[in-house]
Amino acid sequence: MQIPAPFDYARASTVDNALALLERHGPESRILAGGHSLLPMMKLRLARPEWLIDINDLFELDFIVRGADAQGADTLRIGALTRHTTLLESDQVHALFPIITDAEKVIADPIVRNRGTIGGSLCQADPAEDLSTVCEVLGAVAVIRGSGGERLLSMAEFHRGPYETAVAHNEILCELRFAVRARTGSAYEKVERRVGDWAVAAAGASVTLAADGTIEAATIGLTAVGQTGTVGAAADALLGQLPTEALFIEAGRLASVACDPIADQRGPVDYKRHLADELTRRVLRRATERAHASATSTATQEG
Amino acid sequence: MQVTMTVNGTDITEEIEPRVLLVHFIRDVLRLTGTHWGCDTSNCGTCVVLMDGQPVKSCTVLAAMADGHAITTVEGLATGAVLDPVQQGFMEEHGLQCGFCTPGMMLTARALLDHNPHPDDTEIRQAISGQICRCTGYATIVRSIKWAAEHPAAAEHGDTVQSDTAQSDTGQSHNTAQSSNTAQSQSADEVHA
Repeated sequence: MQIPAPFDYARASTVDNALALLERHGPESRILAGGHSLLPMMKLRLARPEWLIDINDLFELDFIVRGADAQGADTLRIGALTRHTTLLESDQVHALFPIITDAEKVIADPIVRNRGTIGGSLCQADPAEDLSTVCEVLGAVAVIRGSGGERLLSMAEFHRGPYETAVAHNEILCELRFAVRARTGSAYEKVERRVGDWAVAAAGASVTLAADGTIEAATIGLTAVGQTGTVGAAADALLGQLPTEALFIEAGRLASVACDPIADQRGPVDYKRHLADELTRRVLRRATERAHASATSTATQEG
Repeated sequence: MQVTMTVNGTDITEEIEPRVLLVHFIRDVLRLTGTHWGCDTSNCGTCVVLMDGQPVKSCTVLAAMADGHAITTVEGLATGAVLDPVQQGFMEEHGLQCGFCTPGMMLTARALLDHNPHPDDTEIRQAISGQICRCTGYATIVRSIKWAAEHPAAAEHGDTVQSDTAQSDTGQSHNTAQSSNTAQSQSADEVHA
């Protein structure tokens, strides 16, 4: 029977209350959200916090809101306690960032998705975490609160390494911000051994088209193949070019060379490189199709 | 610590250690052994119960996290002597062999039908994709859930009972998850809608 080691439990009523509880109980206290990463780790004694601060009552962190940010830029804000199921079922998320919907369909299984949260997934920072790649591809900004106030971090600043983030023990990840861009499409695809498993490999891409149909901006991210951050070389090869199959094949090749997978029970290195190549091509194709659709609908609205 | 929750419509208060998992609370403290305990790693889904009407894997939820919420276990599916259509469906279509996965499968099926009364095969398969039947009897499980969708008669009976409960509960907000009968009244509302 797997049972966590003893700990004390407190349920936070507000973000301020949670921050106060974290301060009071010190570095051996941990935030508990969906619990589907932390509790299994506690059962295995890979984590052994003395205090759990349950934030499941913090409805103020459960939201999806579109609006202008402080600089007036069109932004989608997603609260850290938003459940995977909510993200998957959101028409607004699907319309603006279909890469999130693509990923949510293949994160764990429907029942786990009822509990798991976007904030929990990012803070767990598993190297095979799908939403980490998605947030990197979309250039998300993490909003972190501590007793001293709020700070905004890019994903490069947020992720420190496997299972390690910039969120200090007395801070809370409160929301993720995504810049909405016109003529942009995005996609995610994952190969897994069975439903609910971690990725053997996965790829995500975002493509923005210029008015003349060339690629104005592109980002490519890979999951579970030892890639830190986005694949700059593969994305750079696309810039200023017309999107063609030959271009996607070249980007796939560059992605498979750039990544650094390890052999494990999910597959050997050459297979994972093959997946990085093939999945990069597929997500670029689909992201470009969606960017075309987005450009068409924008043109229709303007016309 | 003290936890208070509603289990199958009954308010329960118990003193527990914070580390007690919901599955063990249900089985060992409440002695409701219909909820099964399988892989312990939120993979197999035999421990599924409904929390405020939504399926959760109770091996990966602390009993403390269920404090203030409404839990439905397999024992709460039938209304008196009348089986839930899902239970009837598993009987009619031979939806079980060894029976180990059955409680979790039936609760997920109940939640699915509450949200989507007429699911197609794909939607049923997706809904139970987080659950494992080691007898590999998936085809009959899918048929059982379809049977339940096609025979909501017993559900209508169940509905009446749940609506009565909801009416006697008018002093409380039905929108708060903490409301003791919320899960049931919500599902009843959805069936009516």
